[in-house]
Amino acid sequence: MKKFLCVLLAVTMMFALLAGCTNDAADDAANDTTENNDDATTENNGDATTGDNEDAEVDADASDIMVGFIFLHDENSTYDKNFMDAAKAVQEKLNLTDDQVLFKTNIPEDSECYEAAAELVDAGCDLIFADSFGHEDFIIQAAEEFPEVQFCHATGTQAHTRGLANFHNAFASIYEGRYLAGIAAGMKINEMIENGEITEDQAKMGYVGAYPYAEVKSGYTSFYLGAKSVCPSVTMDVMFTNSWFDIALEKEAANSLISNGCILISQHADSEGAPKACEENGVPNVAYNISTISMGPNTALISSKINWEPYFELIINAVMNGEEIPTDYCMSLEDGGVVLTELNEAVAAEGTQEAIDAAMEDLLAGEIHVFDTANFTVNGETLTTYMADVDTDESFTPDTEAISDGYFHESEYRSAPYFDIDIDGITLK
Amino acid sequence: MNKEMKQHHEQHLRISKRDHMVFWKSWLIHVTAILLALLVCAFIIVLITGYNPLEVYSSMWEGTFGSARKVWLTMQETAMLLCISLAVTPAYKMRFWNIGAEGQTLIGCLATAACMIYFGNRMPVYLLIPVMFLASMAASAIWAMIPAVCRAKWGTNETLFTLMMNYVATQLVSYFITFWENPVGSNSVGIINSISKGGWLPELFGQKYLLNIIIVAILTVLMFVYLRYSKQGYELTVVGESENTARYIGLNIKKVIIRTLVISGALCGVAGFMLVAGTDHTISTDTVGGMGFTAIMISWLAKFNPIVMVLASFLLTFLSRGAGEIATALRLNQSVSDILTGIILFFIIGCEFFIQYKVSFRFHKKEVKG
Repeated sequence: MKKFLCVLLAVTMMFALLAGCTNDAADDAANDTTENNDDATTENNGDATTGDNEDAEVDADASDIMVGFIFLHDENSTYDKNFMDAAKAVQEKLNLTDDQVLFKTNIPEDSECYEAAAELVDAGCDLIFADSFGHEDFIIQAAEEFPEVQFCHATGTQAHTRGLANFHNAFASIYEGRYLAGIAAGMKINEMIENGEITEDQAKMGYVGAYPYAEVKSGYTSFYLGAKSVCPSVTMDVMFTNSWFDIALEKEAANSLISNGCILISQHADSEGAPKACEENGVPNVAYNISTISMGPNTALISSKINWEPYFELIINAVMNGEEIPTDYCMSLEDGGVVLTELNEAVAAEGTQEAIDAAMEDLLAGEIHVFDTANFTVNGETLTTYMADVDTDESFTPDTEAISDGYFHESEYRSAPYFDIDIDGITLK
Repeated sequence: MNKEMKQHHEQHLRISKRDHMVFWKSWLIHVTAILLALLVCAFIIVLITGYNPLEVYSSMWEGTFGSARKVWLTMQETAMLLCISLAVTPAYKMRFWNIGAEGQTLIGCLATAACMIYFGNRMPVYLLIPVMFLASMAASAIWAMIPAVCRAKWGTNETLFTLMMNYVATQLVSYFITFWENPVGSNSVGIINSISKGGWLPELFGQKYLLNIIIVAILTVLMFVYLRYSKQGYELTVVGESENTARYIGLNIKKVIIRTLVISGALCGVAGFMLVAGTDHTISTDTVGGMGFTAIMISWLAKFNPIVMVLASFLLTFLSRGAGEIATALRLNQSVSDILTGIILFFIIGCEFFIQYKVSFRFHKKEVKG
């Protein structure tokens, strides 16, 4: 009897599945024809959006625009929280409801990302944003399939060469922010030297990086150059965790740097591991993307941060008004995309804020450049030429001369960083 | 194993093993358990979030059946979970505590990805796909065979061994990722052969997941037949029930253990093959994403019956897709939906107790039959 029922149940399920297949196939066929007619209608939106991108007549406005966000993790990761906070702030600013701004969290960097994008399109989104580097291929896959929807991707590298009208990259010249944060670090070290806590040649910083990837290398080099601009004798050890988010590993790396004589720590990884290790050891820390003053009141100095609000506002407004979204957009100090969080006066050396303000003014005026070739050497020599891999291809051929007018032009030929030079003074552990 | 509790004193609560439960009765208990679970979840939802529980349940439903795409995705995810569950089942039926399905599948993924990367644009499709398939099965079978041989020959602890093999597999994959990564340092392989589509499983009737689903459906039937009607299936059951009995009737236990684990591993290889060639077209350390562990639960929940496993894996997929949908529709942190999933699973697993055992109460020497 039991066996019989089991079989019966299985057969019923199979029929149910098959019935599902046939319906879907029919649906898909219907969808295909509409796409061929080149005026695919988005399902829930009601508004007809033309698939032709050249004269995109997007008649979405504030009342019916829908935006989808794809996040690698959720608010527990400082990286994703930074995006989520910006998205929520812009949502409020533009008076959009929760039904118009959809979040998909914990989306890994595989076909699930494509499916998440497709589901957002099904839900009626006109604009979809993804936040993690590994999402890029899958977002491109979705962008090719849904030409009537705009796709934006942070930290990606392919938009400027791909030639897809509805796929866009964005990042920020965060190296400028890190440079300024580096000044706070350098001032602190100077104070320690003056107080006799350390000697000049003990001025060694530690840096916990995620991967030896251009974005990370550009980040720690600019941080180092910032510190060096006020404290010429400073050196730096870098340790990689080979993970973007691993609290235990980051903490361990910070601890090991500290025990190796590093007197100040900064990091480019997404957890609070390193700041916590610093607070326990009483070592000053410079953080990234969130202010860590609450978790390290006695050691947190300052954080550089990418503020995504200007970009989110830009792309949402562009879609609402039917305007073009820039293919590869780089936010900067100027438009408020690169910011510093509040300086912790309890920890910072005297005059830090003034020094940062002065350097910021010079950066904005173009009087100083972060990667000025006069300020660093490679194997003891000053660089005069460097071919960077700006256009992504299979074999990573360096294709663009990045050094001219005496400095390395970071984030100018594309938004995602491409400075990947190992300079003197920085030791990779 | 579970003998009736001996009692010297009178107790109010008596637990005794049931002989056999009528089919409809056990279903009734299951349904009651699910309803109770939903009720408890409703309280939690109201207390923690203040949302209307019905709203939450309906968005869980939406997450699974909301659109044609979602139905396909649910079926695809169910199929993947089911495939790994089928893979672990023979080992568990033999009481071989293989918690290494995660690593075994991942090694299959790695072999498939390697074939796609190195042969993807050099071999004709009719050769490439079988090569990928066999490579993946072989890699996974070897991965499962190593602990099996050690257990059979030297009596090593298979639980620890298979668990540790997971970490080795993960590290191997991350090693190869740095080998293949694109661009350098990014720790991401990207879509393999995105233009030539070399080594991608073909779409059937315009549905990219249909082939996966069909393969798993066939495997389900085969596994059902293998476990219930084949001699080998009988042998592994005997070894699982009692090694002494197996020895007494002249079974070569070592052979049975190794053979079963090779089959188990090869099936993990099939899952890995489908995950990389049919679904993701890329590889990362969490391509398998914990399915190797969930599969163990499914296998036990279904009492090693492949047909019931279809339902169990569907249930688990339903819960996880529902969890994702709640996070999107109501902007609840996914942890909330994980709590709900946990409660529902707790009740479903817990109700097994009432199917296995009879609980009777006594008050003042007067027995009340339960």
